[in-house]
Amino acid sequence: MSTAPSADGASSVSEPAQFPLVLGLDTFGDRTHDDEDRPDSQAQTIRNVVEQGVLADQVGVDFFGIGEHHTDDFPMPAADVVLGAIAARTTSIHLGSAVTVLSSDDPVRVYQRYSTLDAVSGGRAEVILGRGSSIESFPLFGYDLADYETLFEEKTRLFAELLKGGPVNWQGKTRASLHDQDVVPYPESGPFPTWIGVGGSPQSVIRAARLGFSLMLAIIGGSPARFAPFSDLYRQALEGFEQDARPVGVHSPGHVAATDDKAREEFWPRYLETIRRVSKVRGFAIPTKESFAFETGPQGALYVGSPETLAQKIAANLTLLGASRFDLKFGMPGLPQPALMTNIELYGTQVIPRVRELAGE
Amino acid sequence: MSFPRWEVPRIAVLGAGHVGPVIARVAMDAGHQVSIAASGDPERIDLIAQVLAPGAEPRWARDAVEDADIVVLAIPLHRFADFDPDLVADKLVLDTMNYWPPVDGTQEMFEDRRNGSSEIVAHRLARSTVVKTLNHIGYHELEDQRRPVGSPERRALGVAGDDPGAVELVADVVERIGYDTVRLGRLSEGRLLQPGGPVFGASLSRTEFESAMRAEAA
Repeated sequence: MSTAPSADGASSVSEPAQFPLVLGLDTFGDRTHDDEDRPDSQAQTIRNVVEQGVLADQVGVDFFGIGEHHTDDFPMPAADVVLGAIAARTTSIHLGSAVTVLSSDDPVRVYQRYSTLDAVSGGRAEVILGRGSSIESFPLFGYDLADYETLFEEKTRLFAELLKGGPVNWQGKTRASLHDQDVVPYPESGPFPTWIGVGGSPQSVIRAARLGFSLMLAIIGGSPARFAPFSDLYRQALEGFEQDARPVGVHSPGHVAATDDKAREEFWPRYLETIRRVSKVRGFAIPTKESFAFETGPQGALYVGSPETLAQKIAANLTLLGASRFDLKFGMPGLPQPALMTNIELYGTQVIPRVRELAGE
Repeated sequence: MSFPRWEVPRIAVLGAGHVGPVIARVAMDAGHQVSIAASGDPERIDLIAQVLAPGAEPRWARDAVEDADIVVLAIPLHRFADFDPDLVADKLVLDTMNYWPPVDGTQEMFEDRRNGSSEIVAHRLARSTVVKTLNHIGYHELEDQRRPVGSPERRALGVAGDDPGAVELVADVVERIGYDTVRLGRLSEGRLLQPGGPVFGASLSRTEFESAMRAEAA
């Protein structure tokens, strides 16, 4: 990666990346449909995700992430179990959550599950902590969304303590205190990479820097360029807190197929249906053909198109955002498993090598 | 209540989360003098202001409000129950907040569905003049979708309030930022701007906006 150019030449958005370029895939366990467009069972959808992770490893994808969700569209509440199954059948790919909804979970249990995954996978576990879009976990586990900020602040603080290793001491309001508590298993080779997923809250960026987590920018709509100041904020905050430099990543949705037209034709109806359903709960605007054209264009947040289209857009935005990692959130409820497998294959065999080439590797 | 027609009103943005810095930025672009405040010591938002809204002065909320002609309320709605009404007494308050229980949790104060969320805000801020706008455009769109007057792509935003002078003043700000406005003469009409309403999150021209409102009212 080279230094990011900036429009006015004065921005300090990006130093040359001192971190290796990482290109990954994320899924939310999007419910697949069969070849007659009937929904696969939730169980089949989960088995499909295992196959997706195995294929991702075979075609050279660096990271496979699974985002916690609790709905019929996204039946994926126990990502770590699925990641364990993938770990047993793979050798190189890093495996992690994308994201773990830490606020409605117990940080000690999350730490234990992922340090267990780290053991099972031989040191390939990662965790991305965040709110995600999985607000349904709050009523499910008896938490109040109004307490979100306190829950997330306290639990990320505890998670940072756990990562240090050794006896843990912690006090807060959201969970029982810990006094010189031994927490097993110990990761073999130090703390596993931990990220905080950020959607648009500057305080979350500051928190990631303060606690020494890496920063994953979730850019799911609108212009990626508006996130560039967040990278800047993060780097300055790391310095301010005297933390070591840490990588910045980007997570965005999309779909890759042989051609731009094919990718758009496959993705658009599923995207429209899903956002239409989600809009009722989340207040998203319902997409139009025009908004979709914008989002899939060079200025938008969706990565939908041919391998070349994706590679160009990924390379450009990594530079723009001073990021060294890109995770494509692939799939959409209703897309069939073969389309997802093609997506993964093209991403691994064509998009990734081309992004590396564009990045000058 | 009458408002002095400043050449360019001074704006205090309360809130340094998702929304506050974006509003500060577009307001400064429109030529306003802007200060920004969160709860507590301005030092805590120094870096956020410096990087995300360079030029906006981080201040204690009370100082920011005192010197402002318009106070933008951009705090998380669930914090509003603890918000001190005295802080903005006798001020023009621009309410950008939304009540959206599936995302932010249930707030007892806002469960009264006979009133819009801004009416509930106005009842509590009894000594302030409340105008509702900027709640129905995504904070990530607010910057990108600005267009000059006369552009065929210029998006319209609703501005609702009971005080015509206040609505006028806020509408001028919104137009200078880069949007057409549709003025609604009652704060209660602000319900049409709320989540689930006909214009929430929708990118509409003034004509489309007006006909969406009429269709809903019919």
